[in-house]
Amino acid sequence: MMRNTIAGNNKAPDSASALAIELKDVTVVLGGKKIIDIPAFKVNSGEALMIIGPNGSGKTTLLQSLALLVKPSTGQVIYRGEPVHDSRQILALRRRISVVFQEPLLLSGTVWDNVTLGLKLRSVEKDEIKPRVEKWLKRFGVIELAKRQARTLSGGEAKRVSLARAFALDPEVIFLDEPFTALDSPTRQKLLEDFESVLRETRVTTVMVTHEHNEALALGDRIAVIMNGSIVQMGAPQEIFTAPANEEIANFVETGNILHGTVSENSEGLATITIGQHEMDTCCELKPGNSAILLIPYDDITLMLSNPEDHTTSARNRFPGKVVKMFPTGSQMRVMVDCGFPLTALITRRSAEEMGLKEGSAVVAAVKAVSIHVISRH
Amino acid sequence: MDLILEGIIQAFKLLFQGDPEVWRVTGFSLVVSFSATAISLIVGVSVGTVIGLTRFWGRRFLVSLINTGMGAPPVVVGLIVSLFLWRSGPFGIFHLMYTPYAMIIAQFIISLPIIMGFTVASIQQIDPKLRMQITALGASNLQMVRLLLTEARLPLLAAVMAGFGSIISEVGASMMVGGNILGQTRVLTTAIVLENSKGQFGMAIALGIILMILVYLVNLILTVVQQRSKVR
Repeated sequence: MMRNTIAGNNKAPDSASALAIELKDVTVVLGGKKIIDIPAFKVNSGEALMIIGPNGSGKTTLLQSLALLVKPSTGQVIYRGEPVHDSRQILALRRRISVVFQEPLLLSGTVWDNVTLGLKLRSVEKDEIKPRVEKWLKRFGVIELAKRQARTLSGGEAKRVSLARAFALDPEVIFLDEPFTALDSPTRQKLLEDFESVLRETRVTTVMVTHEHNEALALGDRIAVIMNGSIVQMGAPQEIFTAPANEEIANFVETGNILHGTVSENSEGLATITIGQHEMDTCCELKPGNSAILLIPYDDITLMLSNPEDHTTSARNRFPGKVVKMFPTGSQMRVMVDCGFPLTALITRRSAEEMGLKEGSAVVAAVKAVSIHVISRH
Repeated sequence: MDLILEGIIQAFKLLFQGDPEVWRVTGFSLVVSFSATAISLIVGVSVGTVIGLTRFWGRRFLVSLINTGMGAPPVVVGLIVSLFLWRSGPFGIFHLMYTPYAMIIAQFIISLPIIMGFTVASIQQIDPKLRMQITALGASNLQMVRLLLTEARLPLLAAVMAGFGSIISEVGASMMVGGNILGQTRVLTTAIVLENSKGQFGMAIALGIILMILVYLVNLILTVVQQRSKVR
């Protein structure tokens, strides 16, 4: 799960000035229901922060609170060290940021009218508007659509225009709420690539809500996981996807097999966990008798055809089993193996072909102890 | 049958000969109805926008009152305006009864709920997410209202058509508060009633044709503007 970050910097800021936005004890109550309850939340300057979470978890409300579009019921929003109070201040701050919503939300008029609108509302000098708009329409590949009526554009074109409109404002922070949804796969992929290159180039502070884990991995310097209105984990993408803080997050990020067991032995950090009739070596600090949840990433499982005794391998865990189901996912093959407990492995399609794997094939699944993330089960 | 035929022939004679009384009544009708529509537009769009954009206690009741007002019978409006402007009424001191001003007031009251009701509906039909996008672009409250009215211009033009149409063709209120005084408060509709009662069908038909043409022309212009806006 190697990745390149946008800003290439996961370090925590060492001063308040490095903070773009901060939430302190923020709650948002709508219709008598508490939508979010965030004791503390920080967005660092120059980072790309992804917010992920299940449907209805409060992602959008959190984004809108950060973007000063929803007034918190309690608590404080702090923008670059300054607490946000009155409506005049809010308007002034809104004019320093930009927001891209799930739908392009273009107004009537031409593409040009739409992209210039925010600049006009912010009283940007006339001479400055034209080059800025041209630059961003070109950057997102829609300059030739400048004279088209915005409401006659295709979904992909409209999204590009909405992104150009947001970047033309030269914002200090850009907020995006699932901006690549409702697009066909190739269009989405191309737009994502263009967007990623723009982020790399501008290094603008970015907060983005997404339900696509791949987007979060590709674009994020950090990821915040929100569930039931609370931030349950925040950290580097690698950490979120390989070491989720609890079973709920592990289930949500869905990057590996989740197994339940009990620690039977622990010798200097090498713990043996019993799963039914089987034992698995892991690296963790849990004590014997502790219940544990094991997360084994799909792509950390190696499948072998012959008897494991024939191979010398550093993988401490080897389980013979039978392939029960196989189905392709892109260039890879998802192979489900019954080892007395279910294990799913992700291998390349070429490997599957070369091994001649098919349903019913006898295989051995090997897992390194260090690849298993263990969570204490309370 | 002869009566109708003779009436139509006489009407065309009056139209093509350019009878001064016909054109004076026509001009006066337009002045009164355009004035009332313009005032209703200013008040109705402003108040309708505020009602459409805000939430307050009693809002639903207010909207239901506006909707009821959209169907208010002109004679009832005429009666109420008469009571207020009558010499001994609350505004009797202004001596407005049987003047063009009284007619404009009555027509304003008839068209106001129509324009206000249409405005409330057209502002409400704008996607709330679009409002949020405009806010996010950095619009002040005034800029927001301007942009929303631009977005709602098609239903607003329909509001103007409906408002103007309702008053150029009403007769009850104009008759009651204007008095149908020759050269002073006679408009197309009241003149048609009078000529009809006198048996002057030629004149009544001529005025009727002009009234229909006027209503058509105003709606044609607004429709062209509306459809052009739609294409844009």
